[in-house]
Amino acid sequence: MSGMYEGAIQDLIDALGRLPGIGPKSAQRIAFHILQSDAEIAGALVDAIRTVKERVKFCTECGNVSEEMQCRICRDPRRENTSICVVEESKDVIAIERTREFRGKYHVLGGAISPIDGIGPEQLRIRELMTRLADSSVTEIILATDPNLEGEATATYLARLIKPLGLKVSRLASGLPVGGDLEYADEVTLGRAFEGRRTVNE
Amino acid sequence: MSLYRDEAIVLRTQKLGEADRIVTMLTRDHGRIRGVAKGVRRTKSKFGARLEPGSHVDIQLYVGKTFDTVTQVEAIMNYGENISHDYQRWTIASAILETAERFTSQEHEPALQEFLLVVGGLKALAENRYDSSLILDAFLLRSLAIGGYEPSMTTCSRCEKPGPHRYFSLVGGGSVCIDCRPSASATPAPETLNLMSALLKMDWEVANSSEGKHQREASGLIAAYLQWHLERGLRSLPLVERR
Ligand SMILES: [Zn+2]
Repeated sequence: MSGMYEGAIQDLIDALGRLPGIGPKSAQRIAFHILQSDAEIAGALVDAIRTVKERVKFCTECGNVSEEMQCRICRDPRRENTSICVVEESKDVIAIERTREFRGKYHVLGGAISPIDGIGPEQLRIRELMTRLADSSVTEIILATDPNLEGEATATYLARLIKPLGLKVSRLASGLPVGGDLEYADEVTLGRAFEGRRTVNE
Repeated sequence: MSLYRDEAIVLRTQKLGEADRIVTMLTRDHGRIRGVAKGVRRTKSKFGARLEPGSHVDIQLYVGKTFDTVTQVEAIMNYGENISHDYQRWTIASAILETAERFTSQEHEPALQEFLLVVGGLKALAENRYDSSLILDAFLLRSLAIGGYEPSMTTCSRCEKPGPHRYFSLVGGGSVCIDCRPSASATPAPETLNLMSALLKMDWEVANSSEGKHQREASGLIAAYLQWHLERGLRSLPLVERR
């Protein structure tokens, strides 16, 4: 599919095609949509992309997206320092916040361990998590990785790593069918999963 | 619309769009195929856990232009689910699945032997039948053999002089005699070559009785031999936890 068009339009198709979940056909469709849309709409998109890159950073504490050094949740004095909920992506923080079940803090890994894609523990924010756990106020870890096999294997790895620290480690369990993405779970299901979390390092 | 049904092992999944996945599978009769599973990432999806890496499934698809579309899935055995609760075995299963993908470079080209080998490897791993690192090494050697790259283990691969010989060469195709050996040949312990020969024949009695240091040396040689024959290295191999 590469190189079917000349110059600028092909560059746009190529750039869009590098986005996750967008195949060559979708990239072409979006590129032509942008080409045919008003300059104002296209301009707003360009501005939004530029602004997000300039302004939004990652929280130095938990890795969540943030416009400041520390994210809103890490800055909030009402949040408990005793428990950390480990998730794959920032969007999972939003999903769990919607349940209002959790009053602790988060840790965003930046993905799941996936050897077949060359992603091992080193490529994720696992070392940062261990540094945080060295702080004695943390007593409980909740592993809220996606309920699919990569998420499960990541939780297995983390449980093994954290075990010697003697913390309570639990994993989201009931209500979440295996194979899905956490962000698609409805609030009720996700809330129940929080209530029914189980210890994995007895 | 044209439908077909087959038995398959899920090798990998990639996100597509909002809630779909592209599922790469190795099938019994149609070789390696890629199918789109629509809506599979929604937690209410009917396919749910069945299309995860390492799942052995009975599957029905309809033929499409770029990808075929999954219409029905029945689980035969969820090997991946069992294995994911043990991180070391999960890394090994990942290497098995990636190898199977790399050794079936052409889609839709039947690869029955490789399919049966993957099923056997995952089953042995899930049942914890042998040391998992040995299972991986046997799998890699058998895959090389099926792909036409079987390393010679005793006779010299160049002049066919009967062995065993002291030298092992990646370039030279395995065992080489002192006269034929290329300059960069390794000199593994005789027990290591003996172990590799047992793994190639799936002689588990001999393989199980081997020593750790020979197992480690064999793993290193097999990994190097594999990298030599594949253009790109396996991404999962450096992440495998060995014994
Ligand atoms: Zn934060």
